Amino acid sequence: MPEISELWKSVNLRERWETAPTWVRMIVSGILLAIAIYLPFLNVLPFAYIRTDLSTGGSDWSGVLTTIVIYMIVATGLNVVIGMAGLLDLGYVGFYAIGAYSLALFGSPDSPVTHWFADKFGLSEGWSVPFVACVPIAIAIALAAGVVLGAPTLRLRGDYLAIVTMGFGEIIRIISRNANGLTNGPNGITNVPTPPGPKDPDTGQPFFNPIDGYRWYWLCLAVLILLIWLVRRLEYSRVGRSWLAIREDEDAAAVMGVSGFKYKLWAFAIGAAVGAIAGLLFGSKQTFVEPTGFALNLSFLFVAMVVIGGSGNMVGALFGAFLITYLPERFRGLSDWRPFCFGVALVLVMILRPQGLIPNRRRARELEDRRLEAEEVATDD
Amino acid sequence: MNFHELFAHFGDITVDGLTKGSIYALVALGYTLVYGVLKLINFAHSEVFMVGTWTVLGAYSLVGADEGSGVGILIIATVLGFLLAPLASAGTALAVERIAYRPLRRKNAPPLIFLITAIGCSLVLTETFGQALHAIFGPPFGRAAVSIPSLIPEKEWVNLSWIAISNTQILVIVAAIVMMVALDAFVNRSRLGRGVRAVAQDPDTAALMGVNQDRVIMLIFVLGGAMAGIAAMLYTIRYDITKFDIGFLIGVKAFTAAVLGGIGNLRGALVGGLVLGVVEVYSSTLFSSNWEDVTAFVVLVLVLMFRPTGILGESLAKARA
Repeated sequence: MPEISELWKSVNLRERWETAPTWVRMIVSGILLAIAIYLPFLNVLPFAYIRTDLSTGGSDWSGVLTTIVIYMIVATGLNVVIGMAGLLDLGYVGFYAIGAYSLALFGSPDSPVTHWFADKFGLSEGWSVPFVACVPIAIAIALAAGVVLGAPTLRLRGDYLAIVTMGFGEIIRIISRNANGLTNGPNGITNVPTPPGPKDPDTGQPFFNPIDGYRWYWLCLAVLILLIWLVRRLEYSRVGRSWLAIREDEDAAAVMGVSGFKYKLWAFAIGAAVGAIAGLLFGSKQTFVEPTGFALNLSFLFVAMVVIGGSGNMVGALFGAFLITYLPERFRGLSDWRPFCFGVALVLVMILRPQGLIPNRRRARELEDRRLEAEEVATDD
Repeated sequence: MNFHELFAHFGDITVDGLTKGSIYALVALGYTLVYGVLKLINFAHSEVFMVGTWTVLGAYSLVGADEGSGVGILIIATVLGFLLAPLASAGTALAVERIAYRPLRRKNAPPLIFLITAIGCSLVLTETFGQALHAIFGPPFGRAAVSIPSLIPEKEWVNLSWIAISNTQILVIVAAIVMMVALDAFVNRSRLGRGVRAVAQDPDTAALMGVNQDRVIMLIFVLGGAMAGIAAMLYTIRYDITKFDIGFLIGVKAFTAAVLGGIGNLRGALVGGLVLGVVEVYSSTLFSSNWEDVTAFVVLVLVLMFRPTGILGESLAKARA
């Protein structure tokens, strides 16, 4: 292992990337993007071995890619909350569920909410809010939920916050299971709308249909790139610097005039909105939303992605999301062992490499500082 | 809002809540002890309880005890359960501290890292019973719920017009209170207990006074684990069931109980546990049992918002200096 890490260090990819001229970076990004777009059709050996549908019973490759990208969106959002602002949110699945359910409740002609609207205002049978209008509704609801959850709880100490957010995630799930009049309870909601698009000329199917999975993948990829770009802008803005200051030392940040509460609330709300977008894409692709899809384990999985990848580092979080979604799909026979492996991986990563696989440099230095402090105290004894 | 039901069976429901609450209280002790000394939420404590319930099942099958077996075997099995469950739970708690927490303490890791490690441990433990042991030994391990023979048949000991109390309810409540009193006396009066309080108050000064910090930390994990083991035994006597993920909800509720009573405060755990048990049972009677699990979370949020130090205030250190 040390040899590998030495080799990795001597390549010094990060440094090279940062000092490379703009045109080199643009070409490399372009090539990476082209590869990402081409992935669903990958058919050249030996590269095709990464496909998940080679063996019988393997999962649909485009479907897996879509899930990976949706989870990458989740990781992007959760990275804002955990990695940048340093708030441990164990109820992130709640926002994911809110996204999926907002779309289902307003967009599906079968949901109790659209029925209620139709009855109330005498609208025609089968009326529902169009997909494009559902997106801002979902984002608005998630933002509101983020603020409603965050406002009373963000003043709490870090570990209390974790437990309360976990409670929030469970409450959302229990409400979606029990509130029959609002969410159809355990039966779920069918006919969740898909994004608009031209009809397929050959089959007459809608543009986004369950068979042509690659279209979903491309859509999600586009959304992911847009969100990465937005979050990047935020990270290097005044808001991003404030998050960093709060994460490192909230009191010192307060002395410097950074309002901890305000920026934590920002992080929470932005994270919530991104989580809702991911949930919305998930619900739309499934065209069916039901409560068991949002169990608490999913929250732990999301946290595991960010933390194993390297919290605070966007590339790390994306890499974590990729690993955690892709590996169990590729090695399907091991899928029952998935939670066990997460547990082991979480403990090992935290003990051996608390900064994550691809760490955020500043974060790694913070941890190193604390370790040195502890050593100093130990030698003083 | 089913007020009629609540008032018609007020006594029974209250006793039921107190029984539940006693188990929460015993589990809450583990959270409170560790928090009091290390300022750390030991998220894996719920699985320590879970291991206890499985150990009870193991102890019963070891002596071949079943619902129909003779009195001698029943007594042996019960005593064995009361001995082995705390042992196994304490062992699990100790293992978690040695394997996962100690390396982190050496590095002075921030609380977030501890919490994530604890989640990892908790996953490993649940999956050990849900998956790994199932793969090796097959049933009863696995993801399905397993029933545990109820060796003590349920009998009504008190039966008045307004209240009926069964033998297991009395056993659970009395055992829980006895254990709490014993632990309280241990921490407040014994030499080792004084060490615990000293480390909780000021680790550095305690070290100067010759208190071995690592040993105290191991001691609190063992004590908390043993209490969770007793709770597991009582739980199986009362509810006759276990499952690989049984710890999660009980853990969350016990943690809520600890915070409600004032985390870090031993007596607070008892008060918090009993109050939470009763509130939960009332609310599930008033609304429906579907909403029962929401109660704990709502109570937790309300307590943290309005009185974050809980009913009795947080302090293991100031218990009785």
